[in-house]
Amino acid sequence: MKDNKTRLTPFSMHVNVEDFIPATAEEKEYMVSMRPSSTFFRDGVKRLVKNKVALISFIVIVVITLSAIIIPFFWPYRYEQMLGVTPGKPADASYNNLKPFEYGKTEQARIEAGESVFPHVFGTDSGGRDYFIRVVYGTRISLAVGFFASLIVLIIGITVGSVAGYIGGRVDLIIMRIVDIIYSLPDMLMVILLAAVLRQTIGNSLEGTILEKIGSNIISLFIVFGILYWVSMARLIRGQILSLREQEYVLAAKATGAKAGWIIRKHLIPNCISVVIISTALQIPNAIFTESFLSFLGLGVNAPMPSLGSLASDALNGVTSYPYRLIIPAVVISLIVLSLNLFGDGLRDAFDPKLNS
Amino acid sequence: MTGQNASPLVDIRHLKEYFPINVGAFRTKPLKAVDDVSFTIMKGETLGLVGESGCGKTTVGRTVLQLYKPTAGEIWYDGKQIKTKKDLKEFRTKATMVFQDPYSSLNPRMTVMDIIAEPLDVHDLSKSKEQRRERVLELMDYVGLNSEHASRYAHEFSGGQRQRIGIARSLAVNPEFIVCDEPVSALDVSIQAQVINMFDELQDRLGLTYLFIAHDLLVVRHISDRIAVMYLGKMVELADADEIYDRPLHPYSKSLISAVPVPDPQIARANKRIVLTGDIPSPLNAPSGCPFRTRCPYATEECAESMPEFTEVSKGHFVACHRTADIN
Repeated sequence: MKDNKTRLTPFSMHVNVEDFIPATAEEKEYMVSMRPSSTFFRDGVKRLVKNKVALISFIVIVVITLSAIIIPFFWPYRYEQMLGVTPGKPADASYNNLKPFEYGKTEQARIEAGESVFPHVFGTDSGGRDYFIRVVYGTRISLAVGFFASLIVLIIGITVGSVAGYIGGRVDLIIMRIVDIIYSLPDMLMVILLAAVLRQTIGNSLEGTILEKIGSNIISLFIVFGILYWVSMARLIRGQILSLREQEYVLAAKATGAKAGWIIRKHLIPNCISVVIISTALQIPNAIFTESFLSFLGLGVNAPMPSLGSLASDALNGVTSYPYRLIIPAVVISLIVLSLNLFGDGLRDAFDPKLNS
Repeated sequence: MTGQNASPLVDIRHLKEYFPINVGAFRTKPLKAVDDVSFTIMKGETLGLVGESGCGKTTVGRTVLQLYKPTAGEIWYDGKQIKTKKDLKEFRTKATMVFQDPYSSLNPRMTVMDIIAEPLDVHDLSKSKEQRRERVLELMDYVGLNSEHASRYAHEFSGGQRQRIGIARSLAVNPEFIVCDEPVSALDVSIQAQVINMFDELQDRLGLTYLFIAHDLLVVRHISDRIAVMYLGKMVELADADEIYDRPLHPYSKSLISAVPVPDPQIARANKRIVLTGDIPSPLNAPSGCPFRTRCPYATEECAESMPEFTEVSKGHFVACHRTADIN
């Protein structure tokens, strides 16, 4: 050893072997660190939160939805309540067409007597109904219609699309020709025709059932959506399934003896679910818009139930004197549709990065 | 390993697999991916299956497992023909498959635990969640994966590790027979050795029988007891691994073997490489008679007229060539 040391010069490449000790088990353990497992979903959420526009849109949607659900529970007025009408007394016309924060005659009297009266934030409509609660209730209806219509579209689209894509061959051919036919129909015309026909035919058969409460018009709206709007969803899912079913993991599942239902549920749907969620999110504003537009034409919800479209339609009569009655529901529709669209775009960017590049 | 008197575990008789290909609007033409292939595999044996790309190796593997419905031919397993759905269901718990591409053969949305347990779930083999978990961890231990990997997703692993996951999945149902469809061709050479050795170890430990499909001749020689050579959907030669390397009889096998690199430059220089001219013909318009005749240096008129029989020329050595006697 000593001999070795004497020979060492500052420029020598010799290395003292004693400096190198094998690591102990604990030291080795210390060096091994595992990256925390990250799922596809968590990665997507991370990307989504980074996207400010999508995040703000999401907050707007949540705020609007929550207020549409909660506010009617504690608001002192009801959406169908005509404030000027008290049973046994002549109607008090002073409640009709109040401007925001104005009060009817009896309310005025109560305020002068020192009582506090809940204000009419947006005034009242021509029937003396509190306009604010009508807007809130209309938002609730519009959101519900949008949500459930998209759900119907999703269920039909996913079933038909995955069957067509997975089975293929003649089944696929027939289903896709039906899709093509529905696609080629002018959809707005079909929507109007169907809504007009269905509300007549369904109206009678609904009497006495739970569905009567919802109203024949909304039911016919759902049917219209169910009949017409599943096609694009079915096409989308079929395309996804067509490419996914050629993947080797599907073959591997077949080799283990898995049946078609298992393969669709466990392998195909989970792998196209992000695309499905995104297009559903984009379908909701579409449905809301269609509902508003049908209500505007008088084919929407049954009176006195309000929806944003029917509110806007009613407001047209007095648009010169009370423009805010048109503007308020219009703004709410725009806000909902815009934020849902932006949120849907954000979802797509976050969960389907392939589409971007 | 080959038992002399034992009956074969897998017996494939005159297997044909034709795929209809659209030519024109309404006419289809059969693509003969596998055309009249017969072979047997003994219990505990490894049969290597080699051939160039597109010769139908993979199709043989998949048809043997009935992933494709065979156009004709019989598949016998353990003395019983696989015919009915019930047979097939039982067969699926005895014969499994390892796939070529470790990237696309694992579902990216499933954890390793779920991937390996899938066969158990499909066949309802685990009685409780606890038992399922234990079995998966045991399988992961077999293939050299850490138990803490169980909750991870396939994309977090390297190619070699992913192939181990695929192998663990194929072992889940306690199979006797595994079709390995080019299981190492997508891996680095160093990883290939590890995985191949693992196949060897698993065979000793679990008494497995393999149909090992590959195009790497060295790999096949290392692992196989017998080797079958395929060309254009037909089997041209079948013999013991060493026999086929030392004494290939079919001109196609000769040229294949001559292409194997030898890690000794002196021997390599002495070896004459037999280079084939031309491309493999399309299986849609296969040549008449012997499929190899268009590229065969020894082809005669006879080769164009009739398909040579697959005959046993010496013990356990089968070859399909009219001119075996002349050219050797």
